[in-house]
This record gives sequence, C-alpha cells and structure tokens, in this order.
Amino acid sequence: MFRFSPIKGGIHPDSHKDHTANRDILTSMPIPERLYLPLFQQAGASALPVVGIGDPVLKGQQIAVTGGGLSAHIHAPTSGKLIAIEDIVAPHPSGLPAPAMVLESDGDDLPLEQPSICNPFTRDPEELATEVEQAGIVGLGGAIFPSAVKLRQGRRFEIKTLIINGGECEPYLTTDDRLMQERAEQIVEGARLIQHIIEAYAVIIAVEDNKPNAIAALKKAAAPHGKLRVAVVPSMYPMGSAKQLIQAVTGEEVPAGMRSNDVGILVHNVATAYAIQQALCFKRPLTSRVVTVGGSCIASPHNVEALFGTPISHLIEYCGGLKREPARLIMGGPMMGQTLPSINTPVMKGTSAILALSPEEVNEKSPDPCIRCSRCVSACPMGLVPLEMAKHVKADSFDGAQTYGLRDCILCGSCSYVCPSHIPLVNYFEYAKGELKNQRTAAQKLAYTQQLTKAREERIEKEAAAKKAAKSKKRRSRDRSASKSTPSSTPSETSSSEPTAENDS
Amino acid sequence: MFTSTIVLSLLGVGLGGLLGLAAKVFSVGEENPLVEDIEGMLPGSNCGQCGFPGCKPAAEAIVDGSADLTCCPPGGKALVSSLAEHLGMDPSTIGEPAAPSLAYIKESLCTGCTRCFKVCPTDAIVGANKQIHSVIGSACTGCGKCKDACPEDCISLEPETVDLDSWHWPKPQWA
Repeated sequence: MFRFSPIKGGIHPDSHKDHTANRDILTSMPIPERLYLPLFQQAGASALPVVGIGDPVLKGQQIAVTGGGLSAHIHAPTSGKLIAIEDIVAPHPSGLPAPAMVLESDGDDLPLEQPSICNPFTRDPEELATEVEQAGIVGLGGAIFPSAVKLRQGRRFEIKTLIINGGECEPYLTTDDRLMQERAEQIVEGARLIQHIIEAYAVIIAVEDNKPNAIAALKKAAAPHGKLRVAVVPSMYPMGSAKQLIQAVTGEEVPAGMRSNDVGILVHNVATAYAIQQALCFKRPLTSRVVTVGGSCIASPHNVEALFGTPISHLIEYCGGLKREPARLIMGGPMMGQTLPSINTPVMKGTSAILALSPEEVNEKSPDPCIRCSRCVSACPMGLVPLEMAKHVKADSFDGAQTYGLRDCILCGSCSYVCPSHIPLVNYFEYAKGELKNQRTAAQKLAYTQQLTKAREERIEKEAAAKKAAKSKKRRSRDRSASKSTPSSTPSETSSSEPTAENDS
Repeated sequence: MFTSTIVLSLLGVGLGGLLGLAAKVFSVGEENPLVEDIEGMLPGSNCGQCGFPGCKPAAEAIVDGSADLTCCPPGGKALVSSLAEHLGMDPSTIGEPAAPSLAYIKESLCTGCTRCFKVCPTDAIVGANKQIHSVIGSACTGCGKCKDACPEDCISLEPETVDLDSWHWPKPQWA
C-alpha cells in the first residue's frame, strides 16, 4: 500500500525558520566578563567541582567532574579565575536557585596545552569512547544524554545503521541547519568517527527536505565516503525525535519500552557528531554550542556560537537586544522547550535556542471542554490516545493513564497543538510523569529506610553478642587466674566477678 | 446396648480427631495475616510519627480501621497507594499523607554528645564524640527522635524543600 507519510501522526507547524536559516553563524561574540556554569545537569547527578575558589583556569581545563550516572564533565569555556560557587537562578522553568561556578574571564582566552594527537581512525574504539567522555560531550539535540554512554551501548549491541539526526523539526530552530551548511565536512568526519567507534555497517545522515542547502553541502562532503549516505526525509514535526526518524529512514518501529539499540540502530545528532569530531581530532572539549536567538521580539535574530555560562541577557544584547517586551522567554524550541524564569540565566549544554516570543506568537487561549474529536489521536506520533490519558491524569489516576501508554509519550506537544479546544494536553502528561517520578523516588526511599532499619537491628544484635562474648571471655580468664592463685590473696577480684556472673545468668 | 456404645464412642473419637485435624489445617494463627502483610510494607523504623508505639501497632490499627492509611509520613504517597491496593480501597478517596520533614542540626550549637545518632532508627546521623554531627538527608525519615534526645536543643525538623530534581509542572488548572 502506498503511504503518504513515513511516520504515524505528526503535525506541520509554521516553520518560522527563514529569519535565521540564511544568516551565517556568528562566531566572534565577545567573551562576557563572567560565565556562570551551573553544577546541575539537565540529566543525571550534579557535577562536582575539582578546582578551588581563586584558582586560575585555562580554556578547556576540566573544572568539574561528573557526579555519577548520566551526567558529564564540565570544562572551562575560557581562561580566567574561578571566583565563587554560588546560587544562581537555574535555567529551568521552576526558577529555583541552583549552585553554579562563577568564572571571571581574563580576556586572554588562553587554551590548555594539549598533546599532539594522531589520526583517530587508527586508534582503539574503547579509547576514543573514553576520550569522548573526557571531553564532556552530551547529546546536543535536546536529550543531554552523555554521548560516551551511548557509544559504549552501541559497542555492546550489533549496530546495523548509524543515523545522524539532521531532522531539526522544531519551529524557529536553525542551529543544526546552519551547522550542516557551514561545517558539513566536520560533521561527515564526526559521523565516520562514531561509525568507527561503534562499528556500524552503514551511516545515514537524515535531513528534512526543507533544508536544501544543508542537503547539498552534506552530499558534497559525503561523496568520497562509500558507506555514508544522505537521506532526505519529509519535513514534519516531530521528525527529529529518534524513534520517528528511525521509522522514516529505515521503516523499522522501535517497540514500546525498548531502545533503538534493540533494533540495531543508533541515532546521534549532527551537532553531537560535530562536537565528537572536534574532541577527537583537535582535543577540544565541549565548551560552546550554536544557539538560535530568535522570536519576533529579537531585533536581529541570528545563530550564535556561545560559550557555556554566557548569560542569556548578553546573548540577546549581541543580537541587537529586544524590540519589545516578550510575552514568553523560551529555552529550546517552542514545542518542547521550557519557559525561562529570568533573562539572567546562563547558556547550558542543552540550550539549542533562546526565543523571545510576542503575545501573538504565544497565542494563549483558555481551554474549552473536550469534544472528543480525536484530532489528538491522529496527531500523536506514538499512536497513543491523548484524550483518554488526559482524562485519567485529570482524576489523578496515573495507573489508568499508564494503561493508555503514558510511559511511551515523548511529550512532543503535537496533541496540544492540534486541540481545537486548546486543552493543554501535554501539560497533563508532564505533570503525570513528574508525579510518577516522585512516587518512584519515595518508594525507593521507603525501601532504603527498611534496609537501613534492618541493618541497624543487625548491627545492634552483633554488638550485643560481641559485648557478651568479651564479658564471658574476661570472666573465664579471671576465673582461671583466681583458681591459680590462693583464694585468700584476691578477695577484691572474686567479689568484682560475682555481679558479672549474676548479670550474665 | 453394647453395639450402640461402640458405635457412639467410635463416632466420638473419629469426629473429635477430624475436628482436631481441621483446627490444625485451617488454623488462622494467633494474628490476622493482614497485619503481618501491612507491617512488611511499613518502613519498620518504629519512628512513632503515626502516633503508635511502632510499626506493628500501626499495622494493627490500620487493619482494624482506627488509623488512616495516610498516617505514615515517611512512607509517603507510594505507601498510601500500595496500602490502598492491598486493602482493596480506592486510592483517590484517600487524602495525602503529611509532607515528610527532615532533621537539621544547627552546627554552631552542637557539642558532639553522640546522643542523637544513638537513637536514630535509620542511622541517618554521622558524627563522633566531640565532633559536629550531621544528618544524611537521603536516610532521614523525619521521626524527630534525635530532636527529643538532643540536650542542646539544636536539632530542628524542616519540611523537605523542592529542588530541581523533584520539581515538576503543576497540574493544569482547568474547569
């Protein structure tokens, strides 16, 4: 049967990409006086600082190490001095305070001396994966998942196809588009390096068809490499989501509850491929990224290569400032991005865009009752039933929502976008997922408490037994010494041992 | 007469034996088995925040209906929903447990007397003689036993604060 769309559901929002898609990436933004590097990571445990306050640091020097799990190292984006570790407003919708390392730039931008490196293609893949970890690289497409973890997973599984994700489907965002146009060769080399590490059979760079310049540039760069193919996929939202892209490119569907590894496919973003190439060929750790500064409130929207820790106010200033007061400030795309509490928060590894949207662009409407038109069902790229899920979440019946597949929801927001009643469906699912996560944490704590109580009881029992053993040993040695010597010579000893014997019996 | 005596005594012995056997096989024991189940689900730290002397009396009270399912703050919502499921109650009709709190030691007042960590049911306080003691937040259940034991009155119970990890979007307000 002929299929019009390679994926289920999906939507076609206005792209709003033309403001920035044809403008070069600005790479020479002046370094701000102070950089704020939050220790919290968008995924995993907080990082742990490894330099002290007042210590001088060089560009590219490791200043914080991963706090374990799915977090990454942090490197100094420029040279200067660490002046404080203090609470700042986190670049997070909650606006809660979070500790950050404050780096005062000395303006010299002196890099850390790096040993010269040989051709990475001749080196051991495990070693290269470790180097990617050392460079603090995370998935720059939005998931912020440490790339080294993904590469190692890729080595454990047999990967048939490596897909490099150039399906930048969020409206306004053109960071990957510009990167593919301007740095196609590096991306191709990065893709080949990932292939070398995970030993994939084939590499496909998948790009949406609304980026013709990027496709041309990549095709030119990929021409000399036989195993590498550029695939064009139709532009729709959420094509950039890994599961949807896999289906569009290979026709395979990742089953619910499984990962792309399980079907022999690994997806990395184009910006991540670029970062991996920079790390392995030039020993440059991840200290900056391309950020789209857009939205109709920005005077001169551009893509800017920004150092991590750059205050967002500095970035907006560099793009001509604000034309008017934005109705909403968003970090990331308008579909899946998060609202920002303040303009004084810094750029982080996952900041793909800063959007200052006008009231017309936000278009907030009060919701009406659900009319069960099922448009959300047709729009859901995961084949779920958002209206039923929302009904359960509304009644706080999370189990009910889970039977309708809440676990598989990717929070893409397609359902909210198409809803004629303007019901904030995706907000219900975000709430439910957050609540379920907290319940899991509480259950873990309960199990931990039970474990601790048991351990304490065992310890107390052991201590009591040891005390008793020590006492009886003491008594025995006393009895022995008492029986050796004449009874009359040790009246004090015998009298002191009597109560002990009474106590023990 | 002889036959009837034999028949009746055989009948008596047989039925008596059967009764004795049934008492063994179908024995419910001393205790309601439900109490044992519930006790296994409770934290087991006997902290007393429920108002009962320990987890076992609390389990008994929950089973006979004199205590609410929400009486255990360290158990939280997770415990409420698992208890409701076990007892066949609708979790949405039950309220929420009191927010768990954590113990904090005011370090400037701590003399290092070691009394607080000796009473802690989860070994959540670290310290040594004449050294400042500190609470490990992830292990503290907020029972307040340390607070009662502290001669300097330097321990306070504070509600657990929301951090970036535990924050999530609130439920959309919609009529």
